[in-house]
Amino acid sequence: MTHTTVAPDDKRDVRRANKVAASDRSKAENRLGMRLVAPAIFLMLLVTAFPMLRALYLSVFNYSLTAPDDREFVGLSNYWTALTDSLFWETTLNTVFIMVVTVAVELVIGFAFAMVMHRVIFARGIIRTSILIPYGIITVVSGFAWQFAFSNNNGFVNEWLPFVEDGFNWFGQYGSAMAAIMVSEIWKTTPFMSLLLLAGLAQVSEDMLEAAKVDGATWWQRLWKVILPNMRSAIMVAVLFRALDAYRIFDNIYVMTAGAQGTESISFLTYRQVIEQFQLGIGSALSVLLFLSVLLIAFLIVKIFRVDLAAARQEG
Amino acid sequence: MAARSSTRQRGRPRGKRIAGSVATLALASSLLAACGGDGGKPTLNWYVNPDGVDTFKTYAEECSTDQYDIAVQQLPSSATDQRTQLARRLAAEDSSTDLMNLDPVFVAEFANAGWLQKIPDELATEITDGGDYLQGAVDTVTWDDGVYAIPLWANTQVLWYRKSLAEAAGLDMSQPVTWEQVIEAASSQGGTVGVQANRYEAYVVWINAMMQGAGGAIVTDTEAGRDAKVELDSDAGREAASIIQKLADSEAAQADLTVSNEGTSLGQMFPEDGPGEFMVNWTFVYANYKGLIGAPGGPADEQEFEDLGWARYPATVEGEASKPPIGGIDIGLGAYSEHPEWALEAGQCITSTDAQVDLAVNDGLMPSTNSAYDEVAASGEFPEDLLDLYRTSVDEGGPRPKSPFYSQISSAVQSVWHSPTSVTPDSTPQESADFLTEVLAGRSLL
Repeated sequence: MTHTTVAPDDKRDVRRANKVAASDRSKAENRLGMRLVAPAIFLMLLVTAFPMLRALYLSVFNYSLTAPDDREFVGLSNYWTALTDSLFWETTLNTVFIMVVTVAVELVIGFAFAMVMHRVIFARGIIRTSILIPYGIITVVSGFAWQFAFSNNNGFVNEWLPFVEDGFNWFGQYGSAMAAIMVSEIWKTTPFMSLLLLAGLAQVSEDMLEAAKVDGATWWQRLWKVILPNMRSAIMVAVLFRALDAYRIFDNIYVMTAGAQGTESISFLTYRQVIEQFQLGIGSALSVLLFLSVLLIAFLIVKIFRVDLAAARQEG
Repeated sequence: MAARSSTRQRGRPRGKRIAGSVATLALASSLLAACGGDGGKPTLNWYVNPDGVDTFKTYAEECSTDQYDIAVQQLPSSATDQRTQLARRLAAEDSSTDLMNLDPVFVAEFANAGWLQKIPDELATEITDGGDYLQGAVDTVTWDDGVYAIPLWANTQVLWYRKSLAEAAGLDMSQPVTWEQVIEAASSQGGTVGVQANRYEAYVVWINAMMQGAGGAIVTDTEAGRDAKVELDSDAGREAASIIQKLADSEAAQADLTVSNEGTSLGQMFPEDGPGEFMVNWTFVYANYKGLIGAPGGPADEQEFEDLGWARYPATVEGEASKPPIGGIDIGLGAYSEHPEWALEAGQCITSTDAQVDLAVNDGLMPSTNSAYDEVAASGEFPEDLLDLYRTSVDEGGPRPKSPFYSQISSAVQSVWHSPTSVTPDSTPQESADFLTEVLAGRSLL
């Protein structure tokens, strides 16, 4: 109240004084902050930046771990080899396919789960926990569990599905093998999606929903005109996180098909070059390309869908 | 308020510091204990593959001395995983990898990378020129004019068959037979031919053996590394391709030919109906059927077991001796071991004649030396003519290409030659030669 009585000139002075004081204080705080995070930054640089720079460096060599003396500088030729190789594009296409399908399905199921977790009035703890359980399971374990489930010898899927023959080998051809991989992926990560969406749902004001209801909006209209627009940034963040995650898919493929029947993803291709064949040069080039694709996807999702990360964190 | 909280703050770290110191001490002492073994006696680690582990453990104990103990560390069961695990340790210059069981195809690449101790001249000469080691086994441990491992046991493939089937087809098994004869004999009688043609290493074993049988090789001049000469597009390559095509097109092909492995064709030898099969497979087959007499998948009785015959690996070209595949295990000594001399001593002990005989008798893993073969023959555990066949096969067999890029060579061959139903002599050898050349030059992804 007091500042309303201050004369215009004084007001400016006060503001200036505040600004100076605030900037001194914030400078000191910033310095302290810097000092406090410095060890963490140093550690991060050591464990994250160093391997990345090292991969960048190795990617310009033709270098096999088993022939260290034959290491040869080849410039960008590893990148050229990768980008002109049909195998690279096949695995990229596979990866994009997996990413699009799994994220789309997870978004729908995840949203339904989020609604259930948000609206449930009885046994809230149990229901929320049971929805989240798959996310607590390690991906490799989930991969094995679903591999056994789809197995034509001792799995239950063939018996449960009426339109599938009992001896059908899910991992014997491309389509069904990909389906099995995606089912495992979706089962495992839908809870994560629903958790992110639940946070978004919690942001939708009940007043707005009440107002819409009073105005005669149906349930469907409330969903499309009130709920979804208001949680747009939460949805986009969820899609962004899951898309980046899905693009790096490895575990399920490794466990379920080991890349057979053309089910290889780009991460798996990279793994084979580096770990199985010890080709550090081309393998590093592939990991750099994988990193760049992840950056590109992040950029596209942020730009095309105009995701405001600050708003999603409620900073805006 | 401030003073109180600062006292509290100071108090807490002291507690934590003490706890921290105790933890550090405990950790340090346990690490020291791990390094020192019992009473400061060092431990040599011996990485073994899962075949014959019990015998390995016995010899680890017997070969331990007052100066050191040998501890057996088991590797994963798949050869690829074994190689990956050892390579990752050695690439990081792990000093705790003292001894390791190596598949023969890993020796060249490990030696070339500098991960294996070179075997000292005296022992190396004994292995290469001493006359006791079988030539096929010797070939697996040499690289670039040096010896880099000690052969432990040597595996080989022979042609297993039903005597009644061969007889009905009029095939004289006392003479060397060719692939063509075998395929024709089997299909004329409604029998089959068992091979390993899934997309994996054993398929390359088959292709390599057939090419060597025709006097060729997948690659030559392997010491040149990436510049090795790719020889797939040759008469030998076309011979191999035409045999695969012939089998795939014939009635003797087994239903699961494209995914067949060492285990899948075992069941076809004594089927419920049908005359059985001809099958190329490793030495474990004899003990396998002997143990299955009267059981499902095995011979019905002793008499049917007697119908199991064995002969030298089929020839690719009539009149030219076949080159049976060589497998087995060599003992490599880690280049970064802290106790290289003890590792060498232990390596000699665990590859001794006694150890080789025990592995053969207990686990069916055949020896790499003549002296061990003599003792196994004396034990009466195996038919004498079978042992002679094994011994000759290892002695005259051919290894797979010895190259630091072997895994790439193998994968490149598999990717073009699989599936066996798509192999043709007109295009497959040439296509695979082009692809392998590109892969070795780093111009193509695998």
